Amino acid sequence: MATLHTQTAARFMMAPAVLLLLAWMLVPLSMTLWFSFQRYNLLMPGMEYFTGFENYRYFFSNPSFWAALFNTLYLVGGVLIITLAGGTLLALLLDQPIFGQGIVRLLVIAPFFVMPTVSALVWKNMLMHPVNGFFAWLARVFGFQPVDWLAQLPLVSIIIIVAWQWLPFATLIILTALQSLDEDQREAASLDGAGPFSMFFYITLPHLARAITVVMLIETIFLLSVFAEILVTTNGGPGTSTTNLTFLIYIQSLLQFDVGLASAGGIVAVILANIVAIFLLRIVGRNLEA
Amino acid sequence: MARAVSTRRKVAVSIIAWAIGLIIFFPILWTFLTSFKTEGTAIAVPPKFLFFDWTLENYFTVQERSDYFRHFSNSIISAVGSTIVGLIIAVPAAWAMAFSPTKRTKDVLMWMLSTKMLPAVGVLVPIYLLFRDFRLLDTHIGLIIVLTMINLPIIVWMLFTYFKEIPNDILEAARMDGAGLREEILYVLTPMAVPGIASTLLLNIILAWNEAFWTLNLTTTAAAPLTAFIASYSSPEGLFWAKLSAASTLAIAPILIMGWFSQKQLVRGLTFGAVK
Amino acid sequence: MGSITLDHVQKSFGGVTVIPDVSLDIKDGEFVVFVGPSGCGKSTLLRLIAGLEDVSGGKISIDGEDITKTAPAQRKLSMVFQSYALYPHMSVRGNIAFPLKMEKAPKEKIEESVANAAAILNLTDYLDRKPRQLSGGQRQRVAIGRAIVRQPKAFLFDEPLSNLDAALRVNMRLEISELHKKLNTTMIYVTHDQVEAMTMADKIVVLNAGNIEQVGSPIELYTRPSNLFVAGFIGSPKMNFISGEKARSQGAATIGVRPEHLQLNRESGMLTGTVGVAEHLGSDTFVHVNVEGVGQVTARLPGDMPVSHGETVHLTPQEGRIYKFDEKGLAI
Repeated sequence: MATLHTQTAARFMMAPAVLLLLAWMLVPLSMTLWFSFQRYNLLMPGMEYFTGFENYRYFFSNPSFWAALFNTLYLVGGVLIITLAGGTLLALLLDQPIFGQGIVRLLVIAPFFVMPTVSALVWKNMLMHPVNGFFAWLARVFGFQPVDWLAQLPLVSIIIIVAWQWLPFATLIILTALQSLDEDQREAASLDGAGPFSMFFYITLPHLARAITVVMLIETIFLLSVFAEILVTTNGGPGTSTTNLTFLIYIQSLLQFDVGLASAGGIVAVILANIVAIFLLRIVGRNLEA
Repeated sequence: MARAVSTRRKVAVSIIAWAIGLIIFFPILWTFLTSFKTEGTAIAVPPKFLFFDWTLENYFTVQERSDYFRHFSNSIISAVGSTIVGLIIAVPAAWAMAFSPTKRTKDVLMWMLSTKMLPAVGVLVPIYLLFRDFRLLDTHIGLIIVLTMINLPIIVWMLFTYFKEIPNDILEAARMDGAGLREEILYVLTPMAVPGIASTLLLNIILAWNEAFWTLNLTTTAAAPLTAFIASYSSPEGLFWAKLSAASTLAIAPILIMGWFSQKQLVRGLTFGAVK
Repeated sequence: MGSITLDHVQKSFGGVTVIPDVSLDIKDGEFVVFVGPSGCGKSTLLRLIAGLEDVSGGKISIDGEDITKTAPAQRKLSMVFQSYALYPHMSVRGNIAFPLKMEKAPKEKIEESVANAAAILNLTDYLDRKPRQLSGGQRQRVAIGRAIVRQPKAFLFDEPLSNLDAALRVNMRLEISELHKKLNTTMIYVTHDQVEAMTMADKIVVLNAGNIEQVGSPIELYTRPSNLFVAGFIGSPKMNFISGEKARSQGAATIGVRPEHLQLNRESGMLTGTVGVAEHLGSDTFVHVNVEGVGQVTARLPGDMPVSHGETVHLTPQEGRIYKFDEKGLAI
C-alpha cells in the first residue's frame, strides 16, 4: 500500500537493523558451530584440531550434562508451575474491587524490576540465612528447626528466588488479559445462568489461554538461561545440584577454558531453546495477521 | 442492603490482597529497612522492624567507596547508551515496516524476534573471544554493543506495534497536504509517536540495567555496572548486610520507580504485542 | 483550473488486477462521483489520482500536464479521508494551517486563510480545540477546512460521510454541494451510496470490478441505464428484473421495471401475485408482491396504500417505462 518512492526509502531505513542483527546472529553462531567440532582449549593455544563429534559425545556422556539437563527442567518446570498458578490467582484477586488497588499492584509487580544479582543476594543472606535470616527467625517463632535453605534444598531455594522474580510478570500479563475480557460477554454468561465457577472455567480461562501460553513460552526462554541467581548464591553447588545447562557451559568455557566442549554445549542449548521458540513465534505470528 | 454486602466483600478482598502484596514486596521492603540499620542490628535475632536507631551511615560508606559511583555511572552509560543507539537504529526500521510493509515484512519481524530467543550461552564463547581480540572486554563500548544487539529486536517490535497504531490515513493526509518525507516524519509521525518512543526507551533502560549474563561475563572492573558490583558482595562482603542493603537499594530504586511508571508498556513490550 | 484526464490507467496489486483499463475525462469545475459496490476499485482509482498509489500502466494528467510520476505533495490536490485523518496532536487551527505551512506561506496569509475557512465552515469558536474534543460532524468540517485553504486544483473525497449518522449525513451532503457551488472547483467524490451520488453529482461514474460501466448525469443514468448493472445499482428501491416468457414477449432477454413505475390494480394487470410485506412510509408504500414464475416484485405506490398480507393483486408497468436488455445484459 505505498508507492515505489516510499518503498525504496523503506528499504534503506531497514538495512542497518537487519544487517546488524544478521551479523550478530550469524557470526558467533557459526563460530560456535565450528568450535564445537574442534579440540580447542584456551589453556593450550596452538593445539586445535578437528575432532568431529567428539565434543558432543563427551558432552552427552558427561554425568554433569544429565544432571544439568534435569536441573534445568526442574528449574523451568518448578518456576512455571508457581508463577502460572500464582499469577492467575493473583490476577483474579487484583481484578476485584480493592481499596488502594493501584498501590497493591505496584507492590506485586515490584520484584520484576529488581536486578537478578540483588534479589539473589538478598534472598540468600537476609532471608534464607540459616542463623540470622528472616526465615530462620520465623521458623523458630513457630517452633520449627530452621532450614539451611541453600545447603539442604539448594535447587528448591533457587526455584523460589527465580519464581519470586517472575511471578509479577505472569500476574501483570494475565491481569492485562483479564481486563480485556468483554464485560458484555460476562453479563451475557451471567444472564445465561453461569455461576462463578462455570464463569471461570467456560468464559475466563479460555479467554486467558492465550496470555497464559505467551507467559509460559516467554518465561521458558528466559528461564532456560538463568545464570546470575546461581552464580551469586550456590555457584552451581553443592556438587552439581544447582548447575543448569547455562551454568555448565559457563564453567566449561570461562572457568575450564574448554572452548570446544562449551561450544558443543552451546549448540545443544540453542537447539533446546529453538524448540520452545518455534511455538512462541507461531503464536506471535498469528497475532500479527489479525 | 446489597451495597452493604458488597462493601463487606470489598473489605475482605482488600485485606487478602494487601496481605499478599506485602508478602511479595517484603524482600524489597526488608532490604530498604536494613539499609538504615547498623551492621549489628542488621543481623540481630529477633529482627528489628521499625524501632531501631535509624542511620544513614551505610549510604555514606557506600558513597565513600568511590567504586560504587563508578559502577553506578557504568550502569547509566551502558543502559542509556545502548538504548539510544538501539533507538537510532530501530526507529527508521520500525517506520519502514509499519508504513511501507511488503510481503516479507512479517518474516523479517519474526526473524528479528527469533534472534532474541537465541540463548546467550550459545554464543558466549565466540563473543568472549571476539571481544578479547578486539580489546572490547571490560569496556563501555563493548557493553553498549552487546546490550544494543540483544535488545534491538524488542525495541524494533515495540516501536512497530506503536507505529502500527498510527493510522496510515494521517500520514497520507500529510502527503496530500504537501509534506515531503522529511516533514511527514518530523511534524506528523514523531509528535504522534512520542508516547510510544518514550515507553520503549523506558522499558529498554530497565532491561539493559538489569541484564546480568553479559555484564557479569564481559566486564571485570573498569566497565562493570551495578549488577557486577552487587555480585561482588556474594563473597565474604556479603556478611555486611546493612551495606549490601544500602548498595542494593541504590541500585534498584531508580529502576523500580521507572518500572512502576511503565507497567502498561512492559506488558506490550515483553509479549511482543501478543497481549495488550 | 482543474481538468483531470485518465488515459488507459491500470492498477494491479501483486498479481491481482484491480483496475484493468480506465479512461476518463473530468472537466474543470465538475462534481464527479465514483460510485459502485465495495471492492469495485473506486477508492483505488481516487488514490491513483491522489498519487498515494503508483499506477501499473497508463497516464494521469491534470490540466494537460502529465503527473503520473509526480509525488502526491506536488500534485496540488486536496483530499478528505473517510476517517477524517486529522492530526491529533494539533489544534483545529494547526490542522487547517498545516498545508499552508508546508507551502511556507507567510504568517499573515496563513492566519487570514484559516480565519476565512473557519468562517465558511462555522468553526471559528473551535479553532483552539483538539480534534478529539470535536463531534463527528465538526471533525468532518475541519477535514474540509484543511482541504480548502490550499485552493487546490481539485478536491478528492473518499467516502467522507460514511462515519456520520443518517441525519448529519444529509446536512453535510448539502454543505458539500453548497461548497462546490461557492468554490466552483473540481471535486471527485467516492461513495458506495447511490443516493449521495444522485443528489450531489454533475456526473456519475459507475464502477464495477474495476471497469467503468457507465458515465453520465444522474438523470441520464436513471432514465437510460446502459446495462443491467447500472439499472440495478441506480434507483431505490432496486429495479425489478423479469426474464423468461414475459421478457421474450417484449423482444428482450430481460426486462426491468422500476418500483415507482408499477401501478397496482385489484382486477387485472400484466403481473399477478400475492402481497408479502408492505412497508408503509407515509409518503409512499413499498409493496413486495410474490409473482408466480417471476419471484418477488417490489412496487412503490404513492401515499398510504391499504393492502393486506396474502391479498391477490395485479401490477402493470406505466406506458414506456419498461427497460429492455439483451442476453449480454446490455440495454436495447
